[in-house]
Amino acid sequence: MKAQASAEQETATKTGADLLVEALIGQGVETLFGYPGGAVLPIYDAIYRAEGSFDHILPRHEQGAIHAAEGYARVSGKAGVVIGTSGPGATNLVTGIADAMMDSIPLVIFTGQVAKGVIGTDAFQESDIMGITTPITKHNYQVQEIEDLPRIVNEAFHIATTGRPGPVVVDIPKDISSTVYAKEVKSDFHLPGYQPTVKPNPLQVSKLHDALVEAKKPVVLAGSGVIHAGASEELKTFVQNYQLPVTTTLLGLGSYPGTCDLSLGMAGMHGTYSANTALYECDLLINIGSRFDDRLTGNLKHFAPNATIAHIDIDPAEIGKNIPTHIPIVSDAKAALEALNAKTVKGLHHKGWMDAISQNKIDYPLWHDQPDELIVPQWLMQKVYEYTGGEAVVTTDVGQHQMWAAQYYQFDRPNRWVTSGGLGTMGYGFPAAIGAQLADMNSTCVAVVGDGGFQMTLQELSVLQERRLPVKILIVNNQALGMVRQWQEKFYSERYSESIIDVQPDFVKLAESYQVPGYKIETQEELLEVLPKVLGDDQPAVIDCRVLQKENVYPMIAPGKGLHEMIGVKR
Amino acid sequence: MKRIVTATVHNRSGVLNRVTGLLAKRQFNIESISVGRTETEGVSKMTFVVEVEDDRKLEQLTKQLNKQIDVLKVSDITDKAIVARELAMVKVISNPQIRSEIQGIIEPFRASIIDVSKESVTVQVTGKSDKVDALIDLLRPYGIKELARTGLTAFTRGHQPQVAEFKSYSLLK
Ligand SMILES: Cc1ncc(C[n+]2csc(CCOP(=O)(O)OP(=O)(O)O)c2C)c(N)n1
Ligand SMILES: [Mg+2]
Repeated sequence: MKAQASAEQETATKTGADLLVEALIGQGVETLFGYPGGAVLPIYDAIYRAEGSFDHILPRHEQGAIHAAEGYARVSGKAGVVIGTSGPGATNLVTGIADAMMDSIPLVIFTGQVAKGVIGTDAFQESDIMGITTPITKHNYQVQEIEDLPRIVNEAFHIATTGRPGPVVVDIPKDISSTVYAKEVKSDFHLPGYQPTVKPNPLQVSKLHDALVEAKKPVVLAGSGVIHAGASEELKTFVQNYQLPVTTTLLGLGSYPGTCDLSLGMAGMHGTYSANTALYECDLLINIGSRFDDRLTGNLKHFAPNATIAHIDIDPAEIGKNIPTHIPIVSDAKAALEALNAKTVKGLHHKGWMDAISQNKIDYPLWHDQPDELIVPQWLMQKVYEYTGGEAVVTTDVGQHQMWAAQYYQFDRPNRWVTSGGLGTMGYGFPAAIGAQLADMNSTCVAVVGDGGFQMTLQELSVLQERRLPVKILIVNNQALGMVRQWQEKFYSERYSESIIDVQPDFVKLAESYQVPGYKIETQEELLEVLPKVLGDDQPAVIDCRVLQKENVYPMIAPGKGLHEMIGVKR
Repeated sequence: MKRIVTATVHNRSGVLNRVTGLLAKRQFNIESISVGRTETEGVSKMTFVVEVEDDRKLEQLTKQLNKQIDVLKVSDITDKAIVARELAMVKVISNPQIRSEIQGIIEPFRASIIDVSKESVTVQVTGKSDKVDALIDLLRPYGIKELARTGLTAFTRGHQPQVAEFKSYSLLK
């Protein structure tokens, strides 16, 4: 039987597009996010003929496709797969590719290209997508020979999902996808220039262990590297063994349970007082899978000035990039934590530090105003947290609402928090929620979006209409580009240049025109009535929640300031 | 400080673009790049002469290069015993009278004249960059019409003396 099947394979005539489809099936791909066009017609034809092999999601803009794929990747832990046509289809993907590169999201993006014979002639819908995406991809390929296609697809998935994950673009000229090819093709690969170091150096691990035992003021900074490595359980054990306080980056939320006693919440520009103070005062900082982004560190001069810095990262280039490092450990986070967890711990020296930190948590909690009737966004986030029991998948856009969601929604599990960190892409939240929901149909998925950002990608309501995906879109509507307005209030003497937007669509009617139930909420009472009902049903929803316009995100480290110079710590 | 960094790369389309783009994006100061095939089929070697502020910047440069999928090996060979060569062609204004004068100048450099016309001669010189610089300085008073340099290419010597410091062998201080 088997021999016969493979004999058939050798002789069956297939197009390049068929080879692509086969390779995708071989990779276990189930969901595709894409948009057709001239240069990918052969690919779409092959997908059509392979009916039943994939769930293909058709967004209404390529940017929607790629953010959905990012959300899918974040929640499923698998690569998100995107298809776009040449020229404008490919360039519409660029923002998402850059976003995935910044946040280490595994994506494999297939772009159509004009036929090989006319590349370089400014042919119709030609764009140099290799040139455009080189600086924003982990790697990119243009397929030159049809027999290379299956190998390249396999390499692309391997590169996207291993080591430090990232986006890989595969550009496929139209003649390659449409040519018929009858010979056997090889799909195995060897990448001598790509051999990520995944196991830690034992000497370095011992060094860190010794430093941990000696430390009087240790603190852990957990980044999304922990989540990518699937190392949350190992992190819990590690933290328990050495009794360490844990703060996370924005993208690291959920890597360690936010409700645990040892959790200090998020650090950075809008991090908690206890987290930033711990980073400032510590004598040993253990960074696990974060890249010391400037929004986290504040002014580098004042970042952990008295600390020994240990940094565990699978990407050696991140170690020492922004912060000189004393104990570098190039490794997968899980392997490094396992090695540390194998050590026997006795005689720790930081009881006083733990007490001081706990006191900071009590003395300087997050705070906000509480008007009688109207809604403040912080309270709104607390309600979302309560009504979903902390179990929802939450995606966000970029702006004030994103920071409030990060501060007030406490994630106890990884892969539930989907946000655009490094690139800070407005328009990300809603399409990302589509992918996130598809990756986990059993969870409530809430897209917390700004009134500004939602309007950048709201055309994807069509996908909810078509698929009846029960994504709950919560517009934190302050009728402003709130984060811009806040900076103008604080640093530009309240000159609100182009940041107050009182002309808006009727979001309820807009939703209804897509057959999505819409709700407008203006008071706390209305919210308490509508939110639990909407979060509990199996329908999509758009909730236009009006919130106080002039609320600011606090606490805050102003640009150029250090961790110890937070403002708005207390009312 | 000036460093010589070599990288062996897979000779695929786009690799040069990726490498130079990365250096530009991270604001590294490149003095010269030379690229060519090696003894191994499908593998090319790039030699960079770079100006970096400090060791940390240098470490970033080698790490970022190493991170590229098509980059096989990166070495900073500045402090090793190396052989390094650059080729320059200099078109100097000259009439038949001063041609022999030029001949006299270039001889100690073991340079040669590879083209002659009524108004000019073209000199080819090979060597370390400072030697090339020195010859160009000597030819400048005659009037240089055109100058082309390949950039440095280098590799380590067959025998590496077992000394910690190779400063005296170093091409670039
Ligand atoms: C594509 C894009 N354009 C511009 C910005 C700059 N920016 C950051 S936050 C922000 C305001 C966002 O407003 P909104 O979506 O209403 O969220 P809010 O801050 O009000 O919660 C802007 C314009 C961005 N991050 N992304
Ligand atoms: Mg807003």
